[in-house]
Amino acid sequence: MALRAQDKNPFAGDAKAAKLGESQFRANCAFCHGLGARGGGRGPDLSRAQKRHGNSDAELFRTINEGVPGTAMPPNGATQQGVGMTEEEIWQVISYIRSVQAKAPAQMVGNAAHGKELFYGSAACSTCHMIQGKGGRLGPDLSTTGSARSTDYLVESVRSPSRRLAQGISEAMKEFSQEYETVTVVTAEGTKFMGVVMNEDHFTLQMMDTREQLHLFDKSKLRSLEKSRESLMPAYDQKTLSDKDLQDVLAYLLAVGAQ
Amino acid sequence: MMSRTMDGTVKSRFSAQKPRGEEAVLAPQLRPERKNRASIGMTRPLFAAVVFLALVGGAATSLHAQVAPQRLVDSAKEPQNWLMYSGDYAGRRFSALEQINISNAAMLVPKWAYQTMAGGKFETTPLVVDGILYGTGQDNRAFALDARSGRPIWQYQRALPADIRPCCGRVNRGLAILGDKVFLGTLDAHVIALDAKTGSVVWDVTTVDYSKGYSITLAPLAIKNLVIIGVSGGEYGIRGFIDAYDAATGERKWRFYTVPGPGEPGHETWEGDSWKIGGAPAWITGTYDPATNTTFWTTGNPSPSNRGEGRAGDNLYSNSLLALEPETGKLKWYFQFSKHDDHDYDATQVPVMVDQGDRRLILQANRNGFFYLIDRTNGKLVFADPFARVTWSDSKDANGVPIARKDASPTLEGNRVCPGAAGATNWMSPTYDPQTQLFYVTAREQCDIFSTAPQAYEAGHAYYGSAYFPNDDAAPFTGALRAIDPNTGKMKWEWKHPSPTWSGVLSTAGGLVFTGDAEGNFIAVEAASGKALWHFQCGASVYSSPMSFAIDGKQYVAVAAGSALLTFGLP
Repeated sequence: MALRAQDKNPFAGDAKAAKLGESQFRANCAFCHGLGARGGGRGPDLSRAQKRHGNSDAELFRTINEGVPGTAMPPNGATQQGVGMTEEEIWQVISYIRSVQAKAPAQMVGNAAHGKELFYGSAACSTCHMIQGKGGRLGPDLSTTGSARSTDYLVESVRSPSRRLAQGISEAMKEFSQEYETVTVVTAEGTKFMGVVMNEDHFTLQMMDTREQLHLFDKSKLRSLEKSRESLMPAYDQKTLSDKDLQDVLAYLLAVGAQ
Repeated sequence: MMSRTMDGTVKSRFSAQKPRGEEAVLAPQLRPERKNRASIGMTRPLFAAVVFLALVGGAATSLHAQVAPQRLVDSAKEPQNWLMYSGDYAGRRFSALEQINISNAAMLVPKWAYQTMAGGKFETTPLVVDGILYGTGQDNRAFALDARSGRPIWQYQRALPADIRPCCGRVNRGLAILGDKVFLGTLDAHVIALDAKTGSVVWDVTTVDYSKGYSITLAPLAIKNLVIIGVSGGEYGIRGFIDAYDAATGERKWRFYTVPGPGEPGHETWEGDSWKIGGAPAWITGTYDPATNTTFWTTGNPSPSNRGEGRAGDNLYSNSLLALEPETGKLKWYFQFSKHDDHDYDATQVPVMVDQGDRRLILQANRNGFFYLIDRTNGKLVFADPFARVTWSDSKDANGVPIARKDASPTLEGNRVCPGAAGATNWMSPTYDPQTQLFYVTAREQCDIFSTAPQAYEAGHAYYGSAYFPNDDAAPFTGALRAIDPNTGKMKWEWKHPSPTWSGVLSTAGGLVFTGDAEGNFIAVEAASGKALWHFQCGASVYSSPMSFAIDGKQYVAVAAGSALLTFGLP
């Protein structure tokens, strides 16, 4: 669509435009970003003042209209689901985002430096998670997660990781992303592997075991295959990770995510 | 490669430079109405000889694309061809070919692929007529291929306006063929007749102003001398209609508004002026019963799709099955599946005609999750039973028609309802196999949270009044190919898909059912049991309904996936 971003939102501060934008947002954006723009399992919390791909009017317009390559954010009108928005409607959505944008500072109350220590130390997050090239591979890379998910979602992911499994590979035309499901297989030779599903279809399975080895199976040749939605990640309760320490870890994730 | 021509279309040089020798010999009888070409210098004796050859038969295979209306009625006589979107007028998507069968399906191999090189969903079901395959691609591409090799004979692409806004991708599901022309409905709401031999535009008519949100994505249906289409646009507050055009000239013969105007029966089912923007698009190809001269069409959601306030009433003829007289568009009867719908439960699933003893039926597995058996002589419901998870309805009226729960409507906070907005099935074709006497349908098990988003109507702007979300708390959504016994409505077997798919289903006399999945597999299962016999990884999710044809005595199965049209056959 040949829409060009001007520098300023023509509807800036217009409450009526923001209301119209809310309808557009609910129809076009809330699927990933949540009903109140506060983030969902797929898209970041847009009520934050800090946005990874720019927070100026022109940058927001560009992000909405052109999407973000390499992420799940599609160009306007290219979701294959729902209609595209006109230039006017995009500006209305921006007005709406501004209306919900938290005025609070982007900084978390937590101590990011201590969070980093926990991440790589006693909380052992790095056993399975990588940040900026350092850490494990079994769980999702968390380098950008801080900016891509709401705080509530991050808290839930630590406290109850099985409630909503993290999403893995998204294929271009496939509606639903693969999730970090737990899988246990026994091969025809009797070898047992446990790990996460990297991808699968009706006939084949691509998995990573807990030793970070990839295994590619023809399902019909396996002796057994069991999948579980109980995450391999342990649920961190208050005893394992206090609220304060959790805040520190989140502060670290947000600080890294903003980079 | 592409160049812009005078008529505003983009054509590749395949058609521009095509030698016209063969065409010159056969052309006069194939397109008597042509005016926009230099006259073809053929003498009368030669013309007579050609006609003679055609009459004595044997010439049928050389008279490519000369499809008289009676051939469409008698499509069962030429199972090597696939003459219309659903394969036959009954909408069965059944191929009588049996060379590929349960004993050899495991040996299927790819034969050729044709790449549109376009992005987005590739939804075409191609036609095959006497060795030539006619298909459509994304962004209103159309093409004719040598069905033996996949090599293009011509390619066409419409130069679409920049401001079209089709709701759900720049898709098209296929062509109709009649005489020497193929017919394309476009995203800017035109109907175009293309010369079947060259891809040249023969006529081009505007059905309606696309800027109000109208588009055409379906494959037209040719009946007698008419080309029948319906419009998409239920997301924009359009007023839906079904049109018939003279195949020879493009002249519109009738229009049936799927939302009745003042003074017409059914108008009273709309509150105030809501009928003007009532939606009810007819965006899937209909079927036709030559015995009673009735064409059956289905319609989509009332607008706005997920908000019933402001349009109190049943909202006829949204989400309905319509029985029309093809010559006039006169309504014989209707059956409404979802009254006053606020879940986007378009009834735009191919209405499949099946005869059981002396019963003349329409079978439809509806987007709302119910499988309906309807007497097609009068529109009366025989029964309706769920074929997927349903929570929007828990009771039926005196006629057995499922009715909505009061508390199933979308709310501002969100209300979880099954099936979700994409439905328990959707536009992807089901199939009826006369050998197993089973109905096969793609089922989607997905519930959504339906939320209202009040908004004012503005012409050409999205007008949902709604939002919907997958339920994050639920287990993953799944899908299945389900075999349903139409006698009982009960499921005979199912083949589970890891995630919901948009692939349609083909059945064949070889005892096979073909379907695709979101993970990119194209799969052959045994029609009787649901046991998988073969699969092929296409490399992209399947968003199309497969078909089958034969050439040189060899059977092929074809399906579109990604940007490729793929064909398979025996080694």
